[in-house]
Amino acid sequence: MIRPAHRFNLLARLLHWTMAALVLAMLFIGIGMVSTISPRYHALVSIHKSIGIVILVLVAIRLINRLISPPPPLPADLPASQKLAAKLSHWVLYLLMFALPLVGWAMLSAAGYPIVVFGSLHLPPILPHDAAVFAILRTTHTVLALLLFATFLAHLGAALFHALIRRDEVLPSMV
Amino acid sequence: MPDQAEPAKSAPDLPDTATLLRRNPIRLLAIGLVLAATAASFAYVGGFLTPQRLSPNHFIDAMETAAGGPHAGFRRAHAKGICFAGHFVGSPQARGLSSAAVFASGQSVSVSGRFAEAAPDPFAKDSSEAVRSMALRLQPAGAPEWRMAINDTPGLHVSTPRAFYENVVASTPDPATGKPDPAKMQAYLARHPETVAFLARMKARLLASGFADDSYNSVDGFLFVAPDGARRLVRWTMQAEEPFATLAPAVRDAKPANYMFDDLLARIAKGPVRWRMIATLAQPGDPNRAAEVWPADRQRIDMGELTIDRVESEATGNCQDINFDPLVLPPGVAPSDDPIPFARSAVYSVSFRRRTSEHKAPSAVANESAGARS
Repeated sequence: MIRPAHRFNLLARLLHWTMAALVLAMLFIGIGMVSTISPRYHALVSIHKSIGIVILVLVAIRLINRLISPPPPLPADLPASQKLAAKLSHWVLYLLMFALPLVGWAMLSAAGYPIVVFGSLHLPPILPHDAAVFAILRTTHTVLALLLFATFLAHLGAALFHALIRRDEVLPSMV
Repeated sequence: MPDQAEPAKSAPDLPDTATLLRRNPIRLLAIGLVLAATAASFAYVGGFLTPQRLSPNHFIDAMETAAGGPHAGFRRAHAKGICFAGHFVGSPQARGLSSAAVFASGQSVSVSGRFAEAAPDPFAKDSSEAVRSMALRLQPAGAPEWRMAINDTPGLHVSTPRAFYENVVASTPDPATGKPDPAKMQAYLARHPETVAFLARMKARLLASGFADDSYNSVDGFLFVAPDGARRLVRWTMQAEEPFATLAPAVRDAKPANYMFDDLLARIAKGPVRWRMIATLAQPGDPNRAAEVWPADRQRIDMGELTIDRVESEATGNCQDINFDPLVLPPGVAPSDDPIPFARSAVYSVSFRRRTSEHKAPSAVANESAGARS
């Protein structure tokens, strides 16, 4: 046990790396499926919906865990501007991890599509059928996804900066 | 993970960020490369680095161009239509072929849908239209729904999405003449004998006088999954029970612009119209390619009866804001290896997305309804 007081708890670390893989996969599946007309299209859309629901459940657990067990403090000598950027970007990530599955679910509801996950589980609509609402949510979904990808890149860049250049305790606290 | 070392030691006397970055150019470059590679992969998967790859947006762009520009708010194809409602009752033999809930015993399944003409012009004259379609949404109580979009053509003119796209491009009017370039279409046809064969079938067929006496084909192959798990490649037809009639071209040309819709409204006002759903079972070796017709002796199974007892214009009807995505399938029906439905699903979703974000003018046939109150 190295520096137990300065690590995220085990659940937080597990959720972080699991969701990192899922979110990254989702971003690539999402941008890939809307750009193809091949038979992969249908399979990718089905997987996208299923992973989306998994992420929604996991991020809820993760938020509760974070509230119960706050993360370790950032390095004391980190400049204030970087501390602020770190805090803000983490809340943006949380917000987007909630918003994207919810907007996706809502947009399928508003379009009047059946919402099927894991092959056969039918989810209820969370909005009434309304084509104009669908149009807005569909665009919102794309904009938020691109924002999530940009935030992910910033997060990855910052993690590598901490790990390779500052060589501080930030990355060790998450592994 | 590299360089996990000495977090505690390095922390107290770190110089400022700018100095740190200056002292670690190689590491900084490595981070930049990782980020650039991730962003480039994302762009590649999204098709941004391969503009020649066919995306659903390319498809709709090409269709809009071929149509002389988009008709805001309307479907990019099959633009002129009318909504309908009715019910479907499955046959006993259907239940042996597919476990889909729509075929369940004793069920009258609620149906809504849309008749349309295939052209992208929502105000086209009916007499200029050679392809009609029926889109259906079958919603059994408490069970998954089934959507289909089926055409009155003898198969499709192409078997691959790429050929469909090439055909659209070859049909696009030349900006100089306002008409498609015959040389481009000839070049397309020389590469696509399946389209030549389709056009010959189209020429040989008799065009039904209206929507009610027309029959509509799935065109694509799907798999019916039986209760015992057996999967069979099938196509199906909504076979009109109405007596077939055809109109001489001169008679058609003299008809009003919306005569197909006027006739349908008048027909439904007199009572329900019915179709038999007939499934055709493929034999091993039958081509699962939409442009190829299966031999006439293939086993045909009566799957049930569709009754339409109400029609209503799009603005107030139940079909305008529905995407009749042919891959909204219930358990008991599955996509086959026919590539067309996958492309249709992807392309319809772009059409749906575009038209729902636009302001739509009233449909050609507006404020009309006939038949039973829904």
